[in-house]
Amino acid sequence: MKKLRRARAVFFKELRDYKRNGNVIYAMVIFPLIFLIQPIVELLTVSSGASHVLRHEHSLVYMLAIPALVPAVLASYAVVGERLQGTLEPVLTTPVTREELLLGKALAALIPTVVVSYGVFGLFIAVVELFAHPGIAPALVQWPDLLAQLIFTPLLAVWAIWVGMAVSTRCSDPRTAGQLAVFATLPAVAVTSLIAFGVIPAKLQVALGFGIGLAVLDRVGLRVVSAMFDRERLVSSTR
Amino acid sequence: MADSATAPALSVRGLTKHFGERTAYRDITFDVGQGEVFGLLGPNGAGKTTTVRTLGTLLRPSSGTAVVAGVPLGSDDAGVEIRRRIAIMPEAPGLYLRQTVRDNLSFFADLYDIDKPGPHIDRALEAVKLTDRANDMCGSLSKGLRQRVALARALLPRPVVLFLDEPTSGLDPAAARDVHELIDDLRRSGVTVVLTTHRLTEAERLCDRVAILNTTLRTIGRPDELRDRLFSKALVVKLVEPLAHPEAVFSPLAGVESWGGSGPCEYSLVVANTKAVAPSLVRALVSAGADVLSMAERSHSLEDVYMELVGDAPKEERQ
Repeated sequence: MKKLRRARAVFFKELRDYKRNGNVIYAMVIFPLIFLIQPIVELLTVSSGASHVLRHEHSLVYMLAIPALVPAVLASYAVVGERLQGTLEPVLTTPVTREELLLGKALAALIPTVVVSYGVFGLFIAVVELFAHPGIAPALVQWPDLLAQLIFTPLLAVWAIWVGMAVSTRCSDPRTAGQLAVFATLPAVAVTSLIAFGVIPAKLQVALGFGIGLAVLDRVGLRVVSAMFDRERLVSSTR
Repeated sequence: MADSATAPALSVRGLTKHFGERTAYRDITFDVGQGEVFGLLGPNGAGKTTTVRTLGTLLRPSSGTAVVAGVPLGSDDAGVEIRRRIAIMPEAPGLYLRQTVRDNLSFFADLYDIDKPGPHIDRALEAVKLTDRANDMCGSLSKGLRQRVALARALLPRPVVLFLDEPTSGLDPAAARDVHELIDDLRRSGVTVVLTTHRLTEAERLCDRVAILNTTLRTIGRPDELRDRLFSKALVVKLVEPLAHPEAVFSPLAGVESWGGSGPCEYSLVVANTKAVAPSLVRALVSAGADVLSMAERSHSLEDVYMELVGDAPKEERQ
């Protein structure tokens, strides 16, 4: 319970900090907007005749880039940001363990990301339902895609968080950390985009393989990042 | 784990820390008793902060051993247990500037597993006289006030050993005095305080014992002990007129090891025991017809001790 309490304390502290941190708000707003506006504009201008084409595509998978990119940026700031502010050392002098600290920070990146991703997705569907030409919405919104969105959003987000945190434990500049973290998550974005554009066939086997791979990475992520989180290096800046 | 009431709060044996080729400190050995205020003095780069960080489990020692608050330095689990029993106030306050003072303290109270943290936070704020600023953003506070918040944060868990790294750095004299009073209160309540400071008067006023560190431990002891160890005792006499034959007055006196003129009408006498020599010196001067203006024991400050040991010496080679 004490472990959970400390992780929870870190979680709420992070959320309080997010509210007043311009970089975080920027990351949470800009990426979703990029992945929301372009497809909306495209779909609103598509005529009803294109619905049969949409029925065989998986355009919505494209939006899985949001849970891959947003948490990577948040997580990349988690350790290096604290180090830069000088707040990491006082935290490390308390009984909090690496795992508790990282878990709290991971949850603080995960929950807003999932909320924003589902929210943006819901908004997208609502706009298409309300304003797209007749026949577009039913062609676009297919159960497998909705399910993929539901399942892959947290899986991708957790993976991106561990990638971001791993980068954050090794970087000494938050901006560089952010760029590297986004760069490191691009393979996942590439896979979802290639599925969305039909380059990779959207088959059950592909989804299962991708899902199992992510689940395994998510599971070992905390252990890997914990091992990379070296108090001594972070406090003394030795390399 | 040693946990007896008489065991030292800190026991350090041959502790050494290298960063690659560089040596931060080497072969440090000392004990700090329970309830003692212990000063760690030394020039910049002497290894004071690195020592504190090692004892606070932030850094692993390269060699040597230490027992901190009854727990030997070692595994991760021991580190957690040590951190439960101690608190460290680093030189930089390290506050979350976009959060209020209370939010900062509340966060740390949770990290220390403090049940019902409200009264603890109130007490810590009261101790540093910041009760009325509890709801201010830390970013809006002056450097001195931030330092006080950091001190309140360190007081939250009621530590057995409290490490204060330059606690009055950046504070105005009144605020520094408040911190001194607080340290006195901590001493009275039995908290062991390890204080690193550049302010030698502060160390002299607060510390029961001090250690002077410059990569290696140069000396350790009570400030008066160190003075006695390094400087001979002397009596300084001021007269209205210079003595015609000072050697006839001073040389026969028992207990006078040497003497010399330290001004036109001033003489300095190195003695073994000032209290034993002073009365016979007065009698001898009066017998010689001298008019005595004053007689005083020459005092040496901790600063003199410090300067003698590390003042002008180049920082020890760090290889």
